[in-house]
Amino acid sequence: MSDELTDLYQELILDHSRHPHNFRTIDDPSHMVDAHNPLCGDMLTLYLRIEEGRVVDASFKGRGCAISMASASMLTDQVKGCSLEEAADLFETMHHLLTGTGSPEPTDLGELGALAGVRHYPMRVKCATLSWHALKAALTEGEPQKVTTE
Amino acid sequence: MGLDRAAQCLPAATRTSRWDPGAVRRDFPALQQEVRDAPLAYLDNAATTQKPQAVIESIARYYRKDNANVHRAVHLLSARATAAYEGARAKVAQFLNARSAAEIVFLRGTTEAINLVANGLGLQAEEEVVLTHMEHHANIVPWQLQQARSGATLRVLPISPRGELEIEAIEGLLNARTRLVTVSHVSNVLGTVNPIRALVNIAHERGIPVLVDGAQAVPHLEVDLQALDCDFYCLSGHKLFGPTGIGVLYGKAERLSTLPPYQGGGEMIRRVSFEGTKFADPPQRFEAGTPHIAGAVGLGAAIDYLQGLGRAAAAEHEQDLLRYAAERLREVPGLRVIGESPDKVAVVSFVMEGVHAHDIGTVLDHKGVAVRAGHHCAMPLMDFYGVPATVRASFAFYNTREEVDRLVEGLHLAREMLA
Repeated sequence: MSDELTDLYQELILDHSRHPHNFRTIDDPSHMVDAHNPLCGDMLTLYLRIEEGRVVDASFKGRGCAISMASASMLTDQVKGCSLEEAADLFETMHHLLTGTGSPEPTDLGELGALAGVRHYPMRVKCATLSWHALKAALTEGEPQKVTTE
Repeated sequence: MGLDRAAQCLPAATRTSRWDPGAVRRDFPALQQEVRDAPLAYLDNAATTQKPQAVIESIARYYRKDNANVHRAVHLLSARATAAYEGARAKVAQFLNARSAAEIVFLRGTTEAINLVANGLGLQAEEEVVLTHMEHHANIVPWQLQQARSGATLRVLPISPRGELEIEAIEGLLNARTRLVTVSHVSNVLGTVNPIRALVNIAHERGIPVLVDGAQAVPHLEVDLQALDCDFYCLSGHKLFGPTGIGVLYGKAERLSTLPPYQGGGEMIRRVSFEGTKFADPPQRFEAGTPHIAGAVGLGAAIDYLQGLGRAAAAEHEQDLLRYAAERLREVPGLRVIGESPDKVAVVSFVMEGVHAHDIGTVLDHKGVAVRAGHHCAMPLMDFYGVPATVRASFAFYNTREEVDRLVEGLHLAREMLA
C-alpha cells in the first residue's frame, strides 16, 4: 500500500474521526457557524464560547468524511484556551499546512501535524479546511456566520 | 495506405467476431495509461466517457483542414465546414430516429437544452410542471428558476425504495394546468431505466408534452425517438464518447416552432433591421453565434464509432458487467447498493457502513480505480435515501470483469483501513 495513503489515514486521524472530540453543542455559544461543502455534502456546525478575548469552549456537530471529522475534532481540541490572536494565528498556520502554501512545514503543531498528508490530495484539501474556515468566520467581525467551500 | 488508415479507424469490435474489451480498449488512448502505479480502471463513465481515437482524430482533422465558419462564406472551406456541421446534425437525427435533422438543435449539453425549454415555455403563475424525485439538478434547478420568475408550481413524482418511479401516482399530479412533464430516461445515480413510453402515453392523453433528459440513456440504450414519442429529448456529447461542450436538444418540429429564441445574435435570424428582426426557423433559431463546429464533428464521429461497434453487443457486455458487479459487491460486508430496479443500465451506487463515500473514493483512487463519490448532483435523491453521498461505479462497454475485481479489492481495503 502506498505511503501517502497510510500517511493520510494514519491512526490518529482515524481515531479522531471514529470518536470525535467535543462532538456536542454548546448551550450558550458566543459564536455558531454553519459550514458546508456543496461539492460533497459535508456539513458541520462549529460552536465557540469566547469570554474576555479567550476561547473557553469549542465544539462541533455534523457529518462528513474521515478527514473533515478528524480535522474538526482536532480543531476544537486545539483552539480551546487560545486567545483570539492565537486562534487567528492557528488558522493561518493550518491553512498553510493544509494547502501546502507559505512557509516550510511547522514542527510544533502537535497532533495537528497529522493532517499535513492531505496536501497530496488536492481533491480532499477542502474536507480538511472546512472547519478551519468556520473558525475564521467566527473570529472575523462582520463575516457571515455561514461558510461554504467549493 | 488509404485502406490501412480506414481499417485502423474501424472500431475494434468489428475486427473480431465476439466482444473483446481488450481490442475495444485499444481504440481509447486515455485507457492506456497507468495512474498511481496501476493501470487505470476508469469506472466514472456516468460523469464523462473516454474518447476513441476516431473522435480525437476527427476534431484534429477538422481543425487541420476544414476549419471555417459555417453558413456564411462562399469559399470552399466554409462549404466543407458547413457540410461537416450539418452532416453531424443529420447523423444525430438518424442515430436517434428523429423525423428530420431540423428537429436537432446543437447546444452545449443537456443542461443548456433543458434551460432552453424551461425558458421558452413562458410559464405562468397558475401553471404546473411535473418532474420526478430522481432528477439530476440539471432537471430541477432550471424549473425552480422559472418557478421563481413566474410563480408556477412544481410537482414531484415520488419514487419507491427500489429506485423506481411510482408511475401510478402520475395521474394525481396531472391536471388542466400542467404544461410539461420532465423526466430522466435513466437515473444518473440509480441506473434505473424509466418507462418513458408509458409516461408519454399518460401525458399525451391529456395533451401534455414530455421532456426527457437522455444524458445517461444514450450511452447505454438504443434510443428511438419516434417510438418513445416524447416531445423533447436532451443529451450531452461527452457522455456519449464525444467531446465536451456539445449537446443536443431534440424537439418535435411542431414543438420547437412554438418556442421563442433563447439567445439573440448571428446565425439565428432571417432579416434584421432596427425596426425589428425576423427569426430563422428551428434549429437555427436556437443556435445564435458561431456554433461549436468541431464539437459537432466530434459527436458525429462518436456516433459513427458506436454504430460500427455494434450497439447490441456493447449493451450485452455492459449488462454482464452489471450482473457481475452486483454479485461481487455482495461479498463486501456492510455494503448497501442503492437502486435495485431490475431494469438498470450499468451504474451501481452504494454506501458502506461506517465509511464515508469520499474516503472510499480516495482509497480506490490509490488503486487506480476511478469512481465518483458524492451527491451526484441529485441531492433530493440523497435525502430520500437518507445518505449524504454515495460511491458510484459506472461502466462502459470498454470496462472489464478484471476492473470489477479491482473495485471489489479496493473496497475490502477501504473497509479494513477505515471501518
